[in-house]
Order: sequence, then C-alpha cells, then structure tokens
Amino acid sequence: MSLVFAGACSHGPGITARPELADAALRDPFFAALGQMREALEAARPDVLVVVAAEHFGNFFMNNMPAFALGMADYYEGPIEDEAFLKIRKRRVPGNRELSERFIQNVLQEADVAYCEEWSFDHGIAVPLHFLAPRDDLVIIPGNINCQGPPLTPLHRAWAFGQALRHAADAIPERVAIVGTGGISHWPATPDSGKINEAWDREFLGRWLRNDKDALLSYTDIDTYRDAGQGAFEIRTFISVAAAAGGAGTLLFYAPIPVFAVGCTAAVMDIV
Amino acid sequence: MSLYQLQKVFFDINRDPAVQVRAKEDIEGLLSRYELTDEERDAVVRADIGLLYVLGVNCQLLMCLAALRGIKWADYLQLMRDGVRKHGQVRAGVYAMTTDYHEKAAGL
Repeated sequence: MSLVFAGACSHGPGITARPELADAALRDPFFAALGQMREALEAARPDVLVVVAAEHFGNFFMNNMPAFALGMADYYEGPIEDEAFLKIRKRRVPGNRELSERFIQNVLQEADVAYCEEWSFDHGIAVPLHFLAPRDDLVIIPGNINCQGPPLTPLHRAWAFGQALRHAADAIPERVAIVGTGGISHWPATPDSGKINEAWDREFLGRWLRNDKDALLSYTDIDTYRDAGQGAFEIRTFISVAAAAGGAGTLLFYAPIPVFAVGCTAAVMDIV
Repeated sequence: MSLYQLQKVFFDINRDPAVQVRAKEDIEGLLSRYELTDEERDAVVRADIGLLYVLGVNCQLLMCLAALRGIKWADYLQLMRDGVRKHGQVRAGVYAMTTDYHEKAAGL
C-alpha cells in the first residue's frame, strides 16, 4: 500500500543493560520519547515494521559480508547477547516469510540485497524493539547495512537502498513502517565508550531533520571516524530512512548519555 | 597476525550456545579449528580482554565475551585500558584508543 511511518532511534546496549547508572533527568525523558515514538508507530497501524539496523556480527561476518540484507523468515530469534547483561529476554519475534519475499523481490529491482531465512537479532534490533514493539505483536522484517566491517557500504548506496525500500513499500498492499537504528557519534564497547561528540551529532541531526540529501551524503568515512568514532558509521541507517521517507524530521529527543555510550536519539520523519 | 581467524573464534562463540559450552569445557580443542598465533591462542584461553583488544578484536565481539564471563561493564572498560598500558596501542582493526588512561568518558 504505502509507507505509513518512518523514524530513527539509538540502539546502544547500555540503554537496557544499565539504566540504573544513567542520570534519571536524561534517561526518563529519553524513555518517554521512545514511548511517544511507539505511540506514533502504533497510530500508523502498520502491518509490518522494517528495521534498518547496523548489526554487530550476530549474523554477518567477514567471511561473507553483505552490503545490504533483509530477513525472510516466519520468526526471528534473539537477542544473542547474554540475558543477564542486556536485560532483554530471549524470544522469537514474529516475521512473515511470504510477505518478506514479496517485499524483497521489489527491493531487488533497485538494490542488491542478501536475503536471510535465519536471523538472530542482536542489540541493534532487540533494543529498539524492546521499546517500539514490546508485545511482539508486530511482524518484523529485519534489515542490515554493513556499518561494521570495512569496506563499508557507501553512503550514497545507503540512500539508494532507502529509496528501494520506499518503492517496495509502495508496491505491496500492506501498510509498512520503517525505523532506522544506530549512531550517532560514539565509540561503543571500547575504552573510549562514553565519548560523544555532541556538536557533530547536532550538525548531523540538522542535516537529517531537513532531509538534506547532499549534506547527508557529503561525509567521508575518514572524517567520520576521526570526529565521531567508528560507531558513527551507523549514520547509514538514518540516511536510508531519510531516503525512504522523503520529508522533514521531528526530533523527539536528543541528549548525550555517556553511560549509554551514545547521544540518545528518538525521531520521526514525514512521509512525502 | 591473523585477526580474521581470531575474530572468528568470538563470532562463533557469541552466536552459538553449543560453541559456548565447548569453549567452557575444552577451549584448547575448540581453538584447534582456527589458525592462530601462539599469542592469540593464549589470549583467548586466558580470556585476556586487554590483550585481545590490543590485538584488534572488534569490541562488539569482545563485549559479548565479557558479558558471557559475567565481567562488569566498568571492569571490562578498565581491562582494555590496562591492556593498552601494558601492550601499547591497538595493533590492527578499527578500534584505536583515543582517550587517556585516566579519562573515563562513561564515568566508569
């Protein structure tokens, strides 16, 4: 039918793993914003949610690393992380193989994607779903862009992938939602964890919120790594959502929360 | 140096409960499947987070090892700082340390 919802949010594992260590004055409004995002998602009455993620070697490794991948299964497992660490219970999340296949067939008209009949979610998808689809009552199509193992997917290809997702959404009868997860600046799981370049984040968010394609695609990986850390390679997920949605964004929340290792973000985007 | 093989050990352990059991019961046997240097093999056997970080293991893989071993987050971060102090800067991969030893960006 069409794309009915678009948004983006952070997925740092610390968000669920160690909420007790975060400043409540920042944590609580962030969680409230994710609740606001869930309400907007539910109000759009989607039949399926495409999560464009930047997974971290839960499924894809340097033996066979796709630039893009989409799930094509009736259910997905996860999270792979230790339950006691991530504090999200392991479970099966609903998928729909037949719907995925139709969707992917359309995406393939414009973007080369790997399809996956197995997919074990890691925190990159499990943390957003913990907030956005907590009852496991929404069909998920997991998506991935290689933001981890160089050579990385070029930014302009992430844009093209987003366009392909949009055209595929428009070509099937179901109501499709899309959420990108990742970024923005961060140095996750390293000794630098907690370092956040707020100015860089706000500049990026400005470009994303006004859906400025040229500005979004002008980053180089060398500059991004220097200024915003390897975690910022995940801006690809935001870029895909901008391409899919086509409109301006609305920022629901942004603030650096160092113990979550990231500038925590929740945003939605107009679909035009 | 065989960072690909070293990281593959953790990729396999992190995503497969059966490999996790094997890693606990017979780590030497498990590692015979991988082409590792002596230094890499010893670092895995000892779960030496600091040295594994310096050897270039991607921290998304390393983080899962720490979680499986029940290592607290603050201790995990400190083990990597100590690794750099002892062995020098990260030798490969994409994770050079950019903060000072005493700079605890996460407050931990």
